[in-house]
Amino acid sequence: MKYYTYFPGCSSSEGGAKAYGWSARAISKVLDIELIELDDWNCCGSTPYSSIDELVSFCLSARNLALAEKRGLDLVTPCSSCYVSLNRTNSYLKEYPDIKARVDEALAAGDLEYHGTVRVRHLLDVLVNDIGYGEISSKVKRSLSGLKIAPYYGCQVVRPSPGFDHPEFPQSLDKLIACLGGEPVPFPLKSRCCGGSLIISEEALALDLIRKLLDCALSNGAECLVTVCPLCQTNLDVYQSRVNKRFKTSFNLPILFFTQLMGVAFGLGDEELGLKTCIVPAEEALAKYL
Amino acid sequence: MEKMIRTDAFVNEIAALPGGEGVRLCIQCGTCTASCPNADRMEHTPSQLIAMARAGMRDEVLSSDAMWYCLSCYLCTVRCPRGIKQTDLMHALESLAVREGLSHGRTLTPAMYRSFNDFVYSLGSLPEFGFMTWFHLLTNPLRAFRLVPVMLKLLKRGRLSIRARRLTPQGTRQLRAVLDRAESLGGAR
Amino acid sequence: MERRIGVYICHCGTNISGTVDVEKVTEFARGLDSVVVARDYKYMCSDPGQNLIKEDIKEHGLNRVVVASCSPRMHEPTFRRACQDAGLNQYLFEMANIREHCSWVHEDRAMATEKARALVSAAVRRVYYHEPLETKEVPVNPSVLVVGGGIAGIQAALEVADSEHRVYLVEKEPSIGGHMAQFDKTFPTLDCAACILTPKMTSVGQHPYIQLMTYSEVEDVSGYVGNFKVKIRKKARYIDEGKCTGCGRCQELCPVSVPSEFDCGLGKRKAIYIPSPYAVPNKAVIDPEKCSHLKGLAGGKDVCRLCQTGIEKKGIPGCEADAIDFSQNDEMVEIEVGNIIVATGFQQFDPSVIYQYGYGRYDNVITGLQFERISNASGPTGGEILTADGRRPESIAILHCVGSRDVNYHRYCSRVCCMYSLKYSHLLREKIPEAPVYQMYIDMRCAGSGYEEFYERLQEEGVNFIRGRAGEITNIAETPEEEGKLIVICEDTLIRRKRRIPVDMVILSCALEPRADADQIARIFSLSRKADGFFLEKHPKLDPVATMTDGVFVVGCCQSPKDIPDTVAQASAAASRALAMISKGRVEVEAATAVVDEEHCAGCKICVDLCPYKAISFDEEKKVSRINEAVCKGCGVCVAACPSGAITGRHFTTEQIMAEIEGVLV
Repeated sequence: MKYYTYFPGCSSSEGGAKAYGWSARAISKVLDIELIELDDWNCCGSTPYSSIDELVSFCLSARNLALAEKRGLDLVTPCSSCYVSLNRTNSYLKEYPDIKARVDEALAAGDLEYHGTVRVRHLLDVLVNDIGYGEISSKVKRSLSGLKIAPYYGCQVVRPSPGFDHPEFPQSLDKLIACLGGEPVPFPLKSRCCGGSLIISEEALALDLIRKLLDCALSNGAECLVTVCPLCQTNLDVYQSRVNKRFKTSFNLPILFFTQLMGVAFGLGDEELGLKTCIVPAEEALAKYL
Repeated sequence: MEKMIRTDAFVNEIAALPGGEGVRLCIQCGTCTASCPNADRMEHTPSQLIAMARAGMRDEVLSSDAMWYCLSCYLCTVRCPRGIKQTDLMHALESLAVREGLSHGRTLTPAMYRSFNDFVYSLGSLPEFGFMTWFHLLTNPLRAFRLVPVMLKLLKRGRLSIRARRLTPQGTRQLRAVLDRAESLGGAR
Repeated sequence: MERRIGVYICHCGTNISGTVDVEKVTEFARGLDSVVVARDYKYMCSDPGQNLIKEDIKEHGLNRVVVASCSPRMHEPTFRRACQDAGLNQYLFEMANIREHCSWVHEDRAMATEKARALVSAAVRRVYYHEPLETKEVPVNPSVLVVGGGIAGIQAALEVADSEHRVYLVEKEPSIGGHMAQFDKTFPTLDCAACILTPKMTSVGQHPYIQLMTYSEVEDVSGYVGNFKVKIRKKARYIDEGKCTGCGRCQELCPVSVPSEFDCGLGKRKAIYIPSPYAVPNKAVIDPEKCSHLKGLAGGKDVCRLCQTGIEKKGIPGCEADAIDFSQNDEMVEIEVGNIIVATGFQQFDPSVIYQYGYGRYDNVITGLQFERISNASGPTGGEILTADGRRPESIAILHCVGSRDVNYHRYCSRVCCMYSLKYSHLLREKIPEAPVYQMYIDMRCAGSGYEEFYERLQEEGVNFIRGRAGEITNIAETPEEEGKLIVICEDTLIRRKRRIPVDMVILSCALEPRADADQIARIFSLSRKADGFFLEKHPKLDPVATMTDGVFVVGCCQSPKDIPDTVAQASAAASRALAMISKGRVEVEAATAVVDEEHCAGCKICVDLCPYKAISFDEEKKVSRINEAVCKGCGVCVAACPSGAITGRHFTTEQIMAEIEGVLV
């Protein structure tokens, strides 16, 4: 049994990407992982906060880290944005004593202390490195053989380096798909940005980026795409119709969370995995495996 | 060009910001711009911002809309041959611009970020539906209207959560205390 | 005997006096025990400065001298000579480094002065215990070993050999010529590389004073300056060099085809091959890892011997000189030389680690050396510029600074890439004038005779210079014109716009980097490596070919990236240094060596194995260790290790060291 402190982030807990949270918990049970949710966690602040007021954004993350430090386990998050924010805070606190002093003071106002000992991990890292492909393969009940899947990492799970995978040409998700029996298609844009939160304020710009990703995935034969970040999934799935409208395309590519894909391979039910929440329906592509 | 203040003052200011240390090392190779997905939309390219900074053009740099288009995808950072943390530099410039009241009006991004932050401050967590609705009504009700089909689909698929997650009352108090103190300590540097 | 110590504090212009209060230090020195005279002067190493010492030695009867100035690495020999000239044994001198160890590394004036005082006090106390020592003179073997047969090694070998002294030229590959032999034309004159190199290669091959050992590697070096013993492995060619005529029949018959290293993987060679049309020596060699017969022999089987037997059915005979000998073995050769010139060269950076440039993923992204082979008339395409699928490219991009000037790979600038990029542009403009050529650069570094003029010429030839380092190369087209092309994405920093340039071929101007076996070479020849990985010279400005190991020189690109003119100049420099030593016939060997007190030696032999220079031997009869003073470098390991305390490090005795420590602490 492996234990981790779990930081779902706003999207994956009760936001639009709650299926990510459901499926993450479901497959963790199968893999003998206990994800203990951090009590009373707050939003990590993500890009918006760090762009408006950096110090406050560090404090947002520092509160979570201080709370997590009490239990002393690794802090795991399924969201790439939370992953980057929390890690960035950790490095800044280590590198800049001036910032650490101010953050410490702010934390003290809330009766908190943080000593810099929490290791922040992404769920993908934990699964492929702590659990391992072999163990994951052994839990596969319905091999995904024949299914062509585009592994989409997005930007923040692999950058800035050093991380647990190559910053431009990562392989961990590809290998994960392969160990589930699926066929990871070559996907040159697999670590490029989906537009992130700019989908809200600069929709046209972000839609163009999304279109390029979908086009690339499809032209390499993908039948579906898996992501490791709730923002990426939202942008590629929820806004796929907006892409079609703007560019007169007819994309119909199902976008899944990688944990949902794992769940399908593990033989879990589509209720547990929240497959119905996918806007672009996934039922047809996955029919053989459900 | 108009007023050129003493050219090294601004560079020294940026170099003192966390993530801004590399500003003196830039060789203007343009790799950051070449790697940036949004460089074409920016008023100034990422490398241009550094060149302008080194020429002392403080106002122009801080009122540029360039950094607000930064997606934090970090491609510039991993490819920069001088090891400059360009993404962090962009964030530092954004924070500085906000503090000086120069955050750009030509893109809705700063307003969106502020809206996001207000929600996070008051609730401790971001309520997606509430945030999206509020932001769109605030900035462009017409566009909000166009997104209604998307919202309906979300509702149909059980993906729309209208209820917002909240922290416990103690948690909220604790968070506010920390954030208030942080704000009073004024900025990252 | 009464000690009469003279202390001299140098200002070194303002290098020392700018931070250290030299007057105060002199005042302090004057008050130290046994100090008879203390002076300060602006430049102690100058003639007047040295004269101060010489005059004081005579006038005040000084028998010990301390100079507090720069690092002993700079001027210890200068001041030692000054003492010797005035009749004082040079080992009765000590230097206090109050520059590199004090004024150059501290800012606080008061604390720096305090430290300088401590350093001077230490030197004064130490020098009290110095004893006169005599250096030895050893004869110099007039033969020279040159390691590496590229242009650097060839030049050095010819210059030494022309003075009628023997040179052993050892080259790892089956032919000399190095990378220069792979080039097409050379900048800025556009001389054909082979045309200017082959005459020198031929001279080497025919020179009566050069013993050329190709396909050979140095395995061990022992000894000391003027007297090195070198073990060389002559790898088995499986060819009798005496019989082989270089006719090339064998390589026509061989059925095994493998990628050619000389053609950078673009062309093919056989398992038995002659390295190039202008190989020196022009002899065949068999690659034991690819030859099916040699591989089969290992399993006891007699497989293909077509090169030897020929194809009887078709009436094609095999080797008519009967030169093929599958039973050949490696041969070990031992030689003795007085000087060694290391000219092992560089290797090209492998750009496949830069994922975003697509080398290894896209067939038409090639390296500079690969382009040299394509453009070279003796290369795989006969000198025609062709893409991987045999078409003429419609447009070409050349990317500067691949692996250079980059914290992620090599921080340094490789110096020659701007120039060879211009050269490639010229070759392309000449051979396919209808194809636009783009050079993506950060800076144009054209410092050299005729180099800037060459740049001007290329501007006239209509090359499109874009000032912007390429961010990535992609084949994902965004417009119809980009379909089927490689797109280079860069910022044109001069117009501040991101640009997408679709081309058919991309040439990566890769860095010159230290060879993969540099560590091994460093170990064998006692060389140090700099932070950038190249071999360390004695002084970057004033002694660029010597190393800290006397008698061993480094020349050419193994010392730092450089062009052919500078390589040749360095080779000549090293040759002249070696010849100077040979001409003198003898060399002075440092006296600060270790010596065994045989009475106290317990015969435990611990020191014998510890000595890194193999300078200690064991006398089995007397059961004591003995140190060869000429080989001993005075490192002190044996002194510290000896459990009986029987070994003394001359000029580094316990007394002297303790006195020095006291001087700092008290």
